[in-house]
Amino acid sequence: MTHDPATLIPATRLDTLASVRGEIRPGAWRACVALLRRDFLLAWRRRGELFLPLLYAVIVTALFPFALGPDPQLLGRIAGGVLLVIVVLAMLPALESMFRSDLDDGTLEQWLLAPQPLALLVLTRVIAHWLTTALPLLIVMPFLGALLNLPVNVLPVLMLALLLATPLLALLGAVLSALAAGTRRSGILLALMLLPLAVPVVIFAAGAIAAAQAGMSYLAPLVWLAAALALAIVLAPLACAAALRIAVEA
Amino acid sequence: MDSPARRHDNTRLPMTSSPVPARTPLLSAHHLAFSRNDEPVFGPLDFGVGRGETLLVEGDNGSGKTTLLRVLAGMLPATTGEIFIDAAAATRDSRNGRMLWLGHRGGLNESLSARENLAFLAGLYGTRDGMTTASAMEYVGIAGWIDEPLRTLSAGQKKRVGLARLLLLAGDIWLLDEPYANLDRHGIDLVNTLIAGHCAHGGAALVTSHGAVRFADPNARHIRLSV
Repeated sequence: MTHDPATLIPATRLDTLASVRGEIRPGAWRACVALLRRDFLLAWRRRGELFLPLLYAVIVTALFPFALGPDPQLLGRIAGGVLLVIVVLAMLPALESMFRSDLDDGTLEQWLLAPQPLALLVLTRVIAHWLTTALPLLIVMPFLGALLNLPVNVLPVLMLALLLATPLLALLGAVLSALAAGTRRSGILLALMLLPLAVPVVIFAAGAIAAAQAGMSYLAPLVWLAAALALAIVLAPLACAAALRIAVEA
Repeated sequence: MDSPARRHDNTRLPMTSSPVPARTPLLSAHHLAFSRNDEPVFGPLDFGVGRGETLLVEGDNGSGKTTLLRVLAGMLPATTGEIFIDAAAATRDSRNGRMLWLGHRGGLNESLSARENLAFLAGLYGTRDGMTTASAMEYVGIAGWIDEPLRTLSAGQKKRVGLARLLLLAGDIWLLDEPYANLDRHGIDLVNTLIAGHCAHGGAALVTSHGAVRFADPNARHIRLSV
C-alpha cells in the first residue's frame, strides 16, 4: 500500500473546488433518480418481502366468502369497503421500515449532509415506497374485486379512490414513520398513530364507492381525497424532513 | 454551567503552530460549546482549520469527540458559539456538499454492493473530477469486491468502502470519526495517505482518535478534549 499522496487524488478539482462547486453539485433531479434506482434495487433484492402485503390481501379476500357464506348479493354490497380496509391494513406493516434501516446504517446522516433538499429526497422515498408496496395491490385489485363479486361499474371508482387514498396514506405514514424512527419496535405505536389519520381517508374513499354503488355522483368525495393528497404532497415531506433531522440528532 | 472539575484542559488553541501562513481558515469555530441536558459535553473551543491542514481531535472515550464533529457537520445544534466556513457563518446551504462525514455507522447499505452504494452517494454529492467508483475502489485496495453485497465483506473491508467514498465524492472538508477503527496496519497507512493527499490538494480534515494510533503527519495540529 505505497501510494504517493500527490498522485493519489486527482488535482484538477480539489484545489479549485471553491470556484467550481456549483458545477460539480449534482442537480436535484439526478439525486432523485439515484435514490429511486437504489430503492428499486433494494426492493428487488428483498422481493420476497414485497409479496407479503400482496399475499395478505389475497388470503383475506379469499377468506371472506367462506366466513360470510356464498351470497353474491351480500358480497357485492360489501366488496368495496372490504377491499378498501384490506388495502389500508396491507400497507401498514411496510410503513414502519420506510426510514428505519437508513437510520440504523447511517445513510440518513449522508442524506442530511448532501447538497440536496431533504424534503425532496423524502418525497422521492415515499414515491418509491408507494410504487413498490401499494402499486402491486392496485394491480391485483380487479382480480380481488372479482373474487368478491364487486359490481363492474364500481371497480373503476374503487381503483380511482385507491389511486388517491394510497399515496395519501403513504405520505401520512411517512411522517409518523419518521417521528417514530428513533424508537425501537415502533410498529404498534405507528398503527395507533395512523388510525385517526387514516379514518378520514377511508371515509371519503368509502363514500365514493358507496355513491357509485347507489348510482349517484361519486365525484365530491374523490375531489376531497385529491385535495388532501395535493396538500400532503407539499406538507408531508417538509414535516418528514424535520422529524428525520430530530431522529438523527438523537 | 461549567464547573472547574469539568473544565477542558486545552480550550484555547494557539493559532501559531499552523504550518501554513495565517489566512482565512476553511472551517473555524468560535467559542463553540455543546451541552446535553445542561451537562457540558465540550467547549468552549476556538480553532480553525485551513486548506491543507489536518486537525486531530484527541480524547478518551466519552470526551465529546464525536459530538464535536456532529456539531460541526450541523447534525447537532451548538449550544453556544459559532461555526464559520470561509469566514462566513455556516449555514445548512454553505455546509452541505462541502463536508464529507465518515462516522462509526458507515452510511452504506449492507444489501447493496459497493458499486451500487457509491453510485447512489455520487448521485447525491457529485464526484471528484476524474474519479470513478472503480478507480476509488482500486485505490483502497478492494477492487475485487466491488460487486459483492456489503454484508459478505469484513468490517475492515466495509471501512475501506467508506474510505473509497471519501475519495470518490466531492467535498473539501473531511470529518472523520475514528477512521482507524477496524483497520489493519496497511489500512491505517491508507487512511494517513488519503488524508495527506486530500490536504495536499487544498482540502482540510478533522480526525478524531482515542490516541491509540499514531497519526502520520507530525505537523498536524491537535485539540485535546477531556471528560
